[in-house]
Amino acid sequence: MRLQTELCGIKLSNPTVLASGIMGITASSMGLIAENGAGAITMKSINTEGKTGHPNPIAITFDGGMLNAVGLPNKGIKETLEEIKEFKEQCSAPLFASIFAQSVDEFAELTKQLYKAQIDAIEINISCPNCDDEFGKPFSCSPITAAKATAACKEYAAVPLFVKLTPNVPNIQEIAKAVEAAGASAITAINTVPGMMIDIHTRSPILFNKSGGLSGPAIKPIALKCVYDIYEAVKIPIIGTGGIMTGQDAIEMMMAGATVVGIGSAVYWRDIDVFKKVCREMDVVLEKEGFTSVKEVVGLAHK
Amino acid sequence: MHTNELPKHGKIVRIEEECQDVESFFISSKMEALPGQFILAWIPGMDAKPFCISSCDGSRFSVTVCKVGPFSEKIFEKKIGDTFSYFGPYGTSFSIPENQHLATVGGGYGAAALAWVAKEAKEKGCSVDFIVGARKKESILFAKKVKAAGMNVIITTDDGSAGLKGRTTDALADLIKNSRPDVVMTVGPEMMMYYVAKMCQEQNIPCEISMERYMKCGFGVCGQCCVDDLGIRMCKEGPVISGDLALQIKEFGKYHRDRQGRKVMYG
Ligand SMILES: Cc1cc2nc3c(=O)[nH]c(=O)nc-3n(C[C@H](O)[C@H](O)[C@H](O)COP(=O)(O)OP(=O)(O)OC[C@H]3O[C@@H](n4cnc5c(N)ncnc54)[C@H](O)[C@@H]3O)c2cc1C
Ligand SMILES: Cc1cc2nc3c(=O)[nH]c(=O)nc-3n(C[C@H](O)[C@H](O)[C@H](O)COP(=O)(O)O)c2cc1C
Repeated sequence: MRLQTELCGIKLSNPTVLASGIMGITASSMGLIAENGAGAITMKSINTEGKTGHPNPIAITFDGGMLNAVGLPNKGIKETLEEIKEFKEQCSAPLFASIFAQSVDEFAELTKQLYKAQIDAIEINISCPNCDDEFGKPFSCSPITAAKATAACKEYAAVPLFVKLTPNVPNIQEIAKAVEAAGASAITAINTVPGMMIDIHTRSPILFNKSGGLSGPAIKPIALKCVYDIYEAVKIPIIGTGGIMTGQDAIEMMMAGATVVGIGSAVYWRDIDVFKKVCREMDVVLEKEGFTSVKEVVGLAHK
Repeated sequence: MHTNELPKHGKIVRIEEECQDVESFFISSKMEALPGQFILAWIPGMDAKPFCISSCDGSRFSVTVCKVGPFSEKIFEKKIGDTFSYFGPYGTSFSIPENQHLATVGGGYGAAALAWVAKEAKEKGCSVDFIVGARKKESILFAKKVKAAGMNVIITTDDGSAGLKGRTTDALADLIKNSRPDVVMTVGPEMMMYYVAKMCQEQNIPCEISMERYMKCGFGVCGQCCVDDLGIRMCKEGPVISGDLALQIKEFGKYHRDRQGRKVMYG
């Protein structure tokens, strides 16, 4: 009960949200995540035509985190609409579609195609570091392009619109304000942080794509700082994502200003039932600290 | 629990030709693995792809590779002394029975993993019937090695050029009639495993299969190898699962997904 919350009018049984790109491709895998306690599910990012993605290695982990360059493989909007339908036939958990595009027009077109889909929100991924320059980068790196992509989707969105930001900018507050003004209903922060790992023996970067996006415990302090800064800059809610492993981490993120928390890489370290585990741990912290609802925690670190 | 998934490197110390286009590569590298688990063999700049471990003694392991396309061809170019890079081991393993009657049913490179299963089971006091099928005599894998290790081998070929003419499932049905096994383990083409799992369920014989799906990360985050409707990951909750669980998987014996996630029908 203590964990029930709300995000842009969407009721969540708890504040843990599956982050985009971790499982989340098929209705079945999303169903499994819901069974394991996630308050909401974000789907893997899709585009219009689909994409093959990179060859392996697409992801590696080290003691402090994970590095990935999956290359946004997906089967395109048409087949994804089927998965959405199938998921909603089996499962009542809130579902967020995630889209990426090469142009403002494609963003708008994808949003149009999602108009009748039974989703609870659309997240626009304008921040994936793993694709060539034509994807992602231009939009999230400048307030102007970020706002353009947001406004284009806003026009056709039948549901709340979340905008996912990269931490890899000099001033994230400026981007956050721009997308809020352009009609974003919430901000998801953060996407992964650019990084690389090298294998000595083969003298080569390990990922096929050479560089990739860092996630997991290593980026928690970066995510906390971004969410903290965004909270100061805007009024819309934040889906605080990056390095959440435990209930403790989740409460910290909410104190920084997140209304709910995204969980991705922790599926590796703590397995699929990480959502249940984090909820149990949050409940213990809330009880101990004397809170009656998780909502009371949001933004408490701002004094 | 692993805390990281960084690449490992070994040296190829031995290469054995098992039959045309199938070779076993023995790699000296520290490894703790169980029969049924797999590695991702890594060729930097190309890809990293899943292969069952076909033997492992702690300091040396082998994989048995069928030459079917660009990646496996590249592995075939490797020579003794070359570096072999990999990630893993990953996935679930076969539950090796003790003092029981085990029947294994293998097709294609599946026989490689099962030869290791059979060896471990025999060491634990099991009697083993090793059923192995192939299209023709020349493609039969591991029959000689398993026989030399003192186990009973039952060969089937499509054309009758060796052993029984017919399918491995016919041989299993005969075996169940004449000398019912306590437990069955199978690795091979999906339709074969499907019929084995069905037969075992009808006959009430515990059975384990190895379900292969297109794999990417290998450690359960990318979602590529999740199966319908259960959603479980074949790199993590699989590849080795019970026949009963497999039969609850709606796509088992029907379809799998390509690397983009699109459905591809069997048959
Ligand atoms: C758990 C598991 C264990 C396996 N064990 C063995 C083994 O012991 N010996 C062996 O020879 N082969 C094994 N395979 C299959 C092996 O991975 C493929 O044969 C190999 O990847 C083919 O690559 P290629 O470039 O040579 O051929 P391609 O022409 O690229 O592919 C041929 C076929 O291999 C399959 N395949 C390709 N890439 C993958 C991938 N990343 N994951 C799963 N399947 C793929 C596809 O179904 C494809 O139709 C196993 C697969 C899995 C999932
Ligand atoms: C394997 C993997 C794939 C990802 N794919 C996507 C994606 O398709 N779209 C997206 O917006 N974010 C993607 N992300 C980023 C996550 O959604 C999340 O923002 C990031 O991993 C930080 O959270 P974490 O530390 O909990 O993993 C991916 C992350 C990982 C690890």
